[in-house]
Amino acid sequence: MSMHRPSGCPSCAEPLEEGDRFCGYCGSPVCAFPPPLPADDPTLALPVPAPAPAPAAARAAVSPGRPPAPPWPAGGASPWDAAGPGPCDPPAPPAAGPAPSGVPASPSPAWGDGGAAQDAGAGSAPAGWTGDGYHLADPACAPEPGPAAPPAPAPEPAAPAPSGPADPAAAQDPAYGGGETRHDRPYGGPDAPGASPWAAAAAEAPYGSTPPGHEAAGRKTCVACRAGRVDTDGYCEHCGHAQPRERDHVEEELGSVAAVSDRGLRHHRNEDSFAVAATALADGSTATVAIVCDGVSSASRPDDASAAAAAAANETLLEALPRGTHPKEAMHRAILAAADAVTALAPEVPGAQNAPACTLVGAVVSGGLLTVGWVGDSRAYWVPDDRGALPRRLTEDDSWAAQMVAAGLMGEAEAYADARAHAITGWLGADAYELEPHTATFRPDHAGVVVVCTDGLWNYAESAVDMARVLPADAAVRPLHGAQVLVGHALDGGGHDNVTVAVVPFAAPPADGTAADASPRAEAAAHPRA
Amino acid sequence: MANFAKPSAPHFSVEVYQNEFLPEGGREVHAILTVTSTGGAAATRASVARGPAAVVVMVDCSGSMDYPPEKMRGAREATAAAIDTLRDGTWFAVIAGTHIAREVYPGQGRLAVADRATRARAKEALGGLTPSGGTAIGTWLRLADGLLRQSPAAIRHGILLTDGRNEHEDPAALRAVLESCAGRFTCDARGVGTDWEVKEVRGVASALLGSADIVADPARLTEDFTLMMEKAMGKEVADVALRLWTPVGAEVRYVKQVSPSVEDLSGRRTEAGPRTGDYPTGSWGDESREYHVCVHVPPAAVGQEMLAARASLVLPGAAGGPPSVLGQGLVRVVWTADPATSTAINPQVAHYTGQAELAQAIQQGLEARKLGDVDGATAKLGRAVQLASVSGNADTARLLAKVVDVVDAAAGTVRLKAKVADADEMTLETRSTKTVRVKKT
Repeated sequence: MSMHRPSGCPSCAEPLEEGDRFCGYCGSPVCAFPPPLPADDPTLALPVPAPAPAPAAARAAVSPGRPPAPPWPAGGASPWDAAGPGPCDPPAPPAAGPAPSGVPASPSPAWGDGGAAQDAGAGSAPAGWTGDGYHLADPACAPEPGPAAPPAPAPEPAAPAPSGPADPAAAQDPAYGGGETRHDRPYGGPDAPGASPWAAAAAEAPYGSTPPGHEAAGRKTCVACRAGRVDTDGYCEHCGHAQPRERDHVEEELGSVAAVSDRGLRHHRNEDSFAVAATALADGSTATVAIVCDGVSSASRPDDASAAAAAAANETLLEALPRGTHPKEAMHRAILAAADAVTALAPEVPGAQNAPACTLVGAVVSGGLLTVGWVGDSRAYWVPDDRGALPRRLTEDDSWAAQMVAAGLMGEAEAYADARAHAITGWLGADAYELEPHTATFRPDHAGVVVVCTDGLWNYAESAVDMARVLPADAAVRPLHGAQVLVGHALDGGGHDNVTVAVVPFAAPPADGTAADASPRAEAAAHPRA
Repeated sequence: MANFAKPSAPHFSVEVYQNEFLPEGGREVHAILTVTSTGGAAATRASVARGPAAVVVMVDCSGSMDYPPEKMRGAREATAAAIDTLRDGTWFAVIAGTHIAREVYPGQGRLAVADRATRARAKEALGGLTPSGGTAIGTWLRLADGLLRQSPAAIRHGILLTDGRNEHEDPAALRAVLESCAGRFTCDARGVGTDWEVKEVRGVASALLGSADIVADPARLTEDFTLMMEKAMGKEVADVALRLWTPVGAEVRYVKQVSPSVEDLSGRRTEAGPRTGDYPTGSWGDESREYHVCVHVPPAAVGQEMLAARASLVLPGAAGGPPSVLGQGLVRVVWTADPATSTAINPQVAHYTGQAELAQAIQQGLEARKLGDVDGATAKLGRAVQLASVSGNADTARLLAKVVDVVDAAAGTVRLKAKVADADEMTLETRSTKTVRVKKT
């Protein structure tokens, strides 16, 4: 979260933990070479509720050893990438055009709508998407199914086992205690290449939902010690450990969009929240919505704030978009609605301190348009399916450092090295100074995915190029897997904050201008410029 | 919460004050539990449903009570006032205590049931309280125990008044009696005059979960006895235990009552199941008490949360049935990497840590003073003055000022007074454990 912290990191003074490869605060690499391998074990964070533990065979299938992570920053890709390369896995980011990391003062006019920032004005006509970095993709490298195709997400390799009687013996088996809980991280069972760590964990999770017949009267076995039962108030009656909460790890996949939120490794609760949705528009096409919010830790009830904001923004968009409201105007209204929802959480006591607050970033993909909106330091990135093309950051943080740079008062390096760098200057909440919803609309001429995330992720992949490197090549086809890999990347880096990311595929508009999902295949090869 | 089965049972609420955040590797968890019992008295004051109580008054009748004779007269009058305070239907008896114990009313090893007639007869019988003989408090308590055991009343209480040392009994004998009586009845103890031993009187009250105090002036006995009896009549539920569950690998460092007075309960734990122990708290009326619990837990990683203790107030089940839980509070711990949160000290914990230190500083200071250790006494009592001043414990500060000359209360600079009245010194010692609550801001 955006909080001041005392010294430690060579760059920003965040205290460091043994084994951290990146500063959990500013994302700076702590050393050029990764620490010994054990510390590199993938983080198998808390899974989604699963119906029942998987049979032993399913477990075995997903838990062979994992290749060591490549040294940062060379290669830079998540090890999971290696396991599931897409047909056009790009070798490396183009040497020619690394996106300017840090804060692009304003997106290129040729690329955006001439002012990705501070519009608030409704209905400005979106300009064409004509940046140099955006060439026609090589047809040979077109992603397999078009992302805007009717939702056909690849099933996870290790999908949760069909629900059935649990296997209590398995639940007690220490040999596979690695995946389900952070109590024994990071020395638990490693994960298989290509397999979703979440799915693997979910398959064997003995909690989350009451496994049928697992425990009499619904009392579950503690995930920390595996010896005690969980008491009615959520603590183990043996070792006292708190049990995972519903929000500790949340995954959702909805056709063409997916999101994952995780508590991380250093915070005791998840104060992030997200909402993903799809709705039919008047012309029969589909609009996809993703909202991600990050509760401000130093405020009260940050978890409630983020949940309220995400829900309110999502609801507003789902109401406005089908009625033909321009997505940019709809996004503007959604942010205002979210702000109202967070403000309503503040106690009505005059002068009450620390009113609930959160950030918000949202993306809407509809009718060939990509619309983003944000307040605070949560971000959206554009990663083209053709990794030869240039990835971009679509948002500009409401943060102290970004403001300093934008105002020309400080250089980027200097501003981001300051202890105040990550202090946010814009948020939703009763004590927000002046709400300035930022919205921007783009009309990309080629396919890609939008990565909508909190700083818990981008602290570990700050630049758009880094983000593109971490994102699996097939993210457009398997958005949930893509989101899982991104969250895994943040946890591997130290997981200092809550991590939330939504992956929204964007299909290139069809040649004839009909609705994107009318012709699901080969659209990516056409790329007419709109 | 509605409790239809037993409408007169008071409702216990438990509030937990703590900073649950520990730094990485941190183990020590402190919490103040505020236990408040309410509702029962309001519900029953108008009704007759309240369970009966049994009270035995033990009056010192040793020869010294005649020097001055005001003591014996004051004791008689005070006992009469206490009898007048008895609620109808209460079982009661009066014992004259010397080197032996003697029943004054009703006699023959029985208890009387309070009504207009028995109250009048009891007061007539108080003429039998005449001073002669020695002091053996253990015998008084043993007789009281025997009498109280005949009563089916849940609330069993004693009131003990002495004016001298327990000279005619081996201290071990008194300890043995106290041990056997502990948990069978509660007892308030009072010392009249200044010839008694503070430690003895406090020992009785402490073992039997009652209050201890000094009544230096016999003329004030009536007022004190009336108050004590009113309090006893206000008790609604007896034998309540503070039950503490701790996780595996955890260690309870201490459990102290810290309000209204300091009483270390750590040594009185009785095991009540796996990782669970009971600490006696005696009987409760409409009142609030606070407990300081310190637990060492096995450290866990940053970001983890665990339950360090589950504190509940339990009432033993009737006839060996399962105990009923009257209220519960959770002591949590969360490990954090943020030093700003982990280094904060909860104000309640800080306050009662200071109050406990205050009581200890007074006792050690007075002990040093008795032994002629002027420097030690000055240092300890100076610290006491400082603590009393900081915490706003005005009563204790006033008592301290009768024993030392305060030069600078904030800095704890004092000079021992050359001449101190026995009564003042004994009052300070007896009341050293009295605490004040956290000031509301």
